[in-house]
Amino acid sequence: MSLRRPAKDQPESFEFNASSLDAAKVIVAKYPEGKQQSAVMALLYIAQKQNNNWIPLAAMKYIAKFLDMPYIKVYEVATFYTMYNLAPVGKYFVQVCTTTPCMIRGANKLVEACKEKISENECELSNDKSCSWMEVECLGACVNAPMMQINDDYYEDLDKQKTLDILDKILNGETPKPGSYRGRVNNEPENNRKTLMDLKNA
Amino acid sequence: MLKDQDRIFQNLYNDKGSDVSSSQERGDWLNTKEITDKGREWIINEIKDSQLRGRGGAGFPTGLKWSFAPKEVGSRPHYLVINGDESEPGTCKDRDILRFEPHKLIEGCLIASYAVQAHVCYIYIRGEYFVDGQKLQAAIDEAYEKKLLGKNAAGTGWDLDIYIHYGAGAYICGEETALLESLEGKKGQPRLKPPFPALIGLYGCPTIINNVETIAVVPTILRRGAKWFASLGREKNTGTKIFCISGNVNNPCNVEEEMSIPLKELIEVHAGGVIGGWENLQAVIPGGSSMPLIPKERCETLKMDFDACVEEKSGLGTAGIVVINKDQDIIKCMARIARFYKHESCGQCTPCREGSGWMWRMLERMAKGDATKDEVDMLGDVTNQIAGHTICAFGEGSSWPVQGLLRHFKKEIEKRNNLDPIVQKKNNIPYLVDQHLLDKKNA
Repeated sequence: MSLRRPAKDQPESFEFNASSLDAAKVIVAKYPEGKQQSAVMALLYIAQKQNNNWIPLAAMKYIAKFLDMPYIKVYEVATFYTMYNLAPVGKYFVQVCTTTPCMIRGANKLVEACKEKISENECELSNDKSCSWMEVECLGACVNAPMMQINDDYYEDLDKQKTLDILDKILNGETPKPGSYRGRVNNEPENNRKTLMDLKNA
Repeated sequence: MLKDQDRIFQNLYNDKGSDVSSSQERGDWLNTKEITDKGREWIINEIKDSQLRGRGGAGFPTGLKWSFAPKEVGSRPHYLVINGDESEPGTCKDRDILRFEPHKLIEGCLIASYAVQAHVCYIYIRGEYFVDGQKLQAAIDEAYEKKLLGKNAAGTGWDLDIYIHYGAGAYICGEETALLESLEGKKGQPRLKPPFPALIGLYGCPTIINNVETIAVVPTILRRGAKWFASLGREKNTGTKIFCISGNVNNPCNVEEEMSIPLKELIEVHAGGVIGGWENLQAVIPGGSSMPLIPKERCETLKMDFDACVEEKSGLGTAGIVVINKDQDIIKCMARIARFYKHESCGQCTPCREGSGWMWRMLERMAKGDATKDEVDMLGDVTNQIAGHTICAFGEGSSWPVQGLLRHFKKEIEKRNNLDPIVQKKNNIPYLVDQHLLDKKNA
């Protein structure tokens, strides 16, 4: 199990803004009547988006009331799933996959790059407070290893230099182009494709 | 090599675009009504005849699973749930289906929902695939617009609504009952079986759960016939499969191939060979990290299908092939996998919650050469205490890779760890310490 603790400094109150409220209503409508508890995961995600990428305890209480369910159940969900950040993270949240398929293709070099550019330790804000990084478990892009995720986007086929370049960009406030950084198309075998060539050449 | 016209996922590399009109050019949504008009029994029998086995890892026959759904809808509605919580290290096939072949999946959902009499279908996608999920959502919206979903979907007379539910980074939610818990808005902790979800599943209603790839191949099977599908591969291991070849190969890739294709052909032909040549191969994990590794000697002749992998005491799993060459430290690789399982254990059953941490810490020390002679057998003992003593298959999934390492690389571990146990007993041995106490100290 992973160890997860809420942040010490908590804001006193939280409320959905208008656009979050609309999104929340759409989501609750997906589930049968009386089963609105199903929406808790999506609502936590919305709260996280609204609140600079992390979820304060006040938001959990607010969602509990919103869905008419006990606060402890929301707390359980928020602390169980690892994608909910319980403490502040950077505006650019870098997640480096270091599980075996990425590890054997050099994910530790990506970690080195993050340490050089962002902060010495995981989950620590960079000097300008805009960015933080952490090691995560398999992100499911194993044939594009090594890779990392920045906010919602995947950056694939990296090495140390390419990672340094990407991190330079985000520290300058730009959003680099997601996808493969060796110029290959999606998941096809690079320079070695032998299948579906008619479609490729059509 | 499989002929191109027999490949189901023509758009695997997104040569043509994933919108509805280009999907229709590839044959999706072509007279879906004709298929449903043949009736539920015909569909389920055809899937049974095709011998399609679930693509999510366990390889359960799909037609059989569908036939478990109650024949008559009682007071409780039926549900279809699609498992797209692809988190197994080494596997990234569902992601390509979600983003490049969404209409195959959506049409499959319609046919499967009709077969098991569900009017609502939830697609559970792992939270990290948010961008890919958005692409699927766009395809669903497009399908609603074209009247392929909703009331009288695609003219079949069947009403169907599809909703996407995002996970939030829990590997265990790929286990079907944990997935249902998660869908109900709870912690993703697996349920005891029986009762099986086919009778008591989502919200206590009959629920059929299938993997993304399983459902996405259904329309093509029904169009081209069970005989065509069964003619590929071999008896009980039929059809095509998307293989994900990652790790130390020259061209890591996803490729759709016939079942029972030799592993060597996959690596040499499609993935451009092992880095440093075939002789530099150390071991292969054939089906995602949960499956025991297979050493080089056995890889020469191994055929990639469910039964052949089981004969090698491993499994096809999700067909996520991780190639490890001799430049890598095999013990370190397995220690990292053990760390993955330690991190992802849901914490419900004690053997798994504590044992996964034990295995990780022991392997870390073994990688460094800090372990004692007797610990090697002790590690094997720990794996046996976990496997089979937990509610779900996570216990097996976490201990099999370690057992595989012990089976094939025991000499390597022993060579590195030859400390005398009597001397070491005075030391503070972490695996005897309660994990929570350790965590407290580190927190």
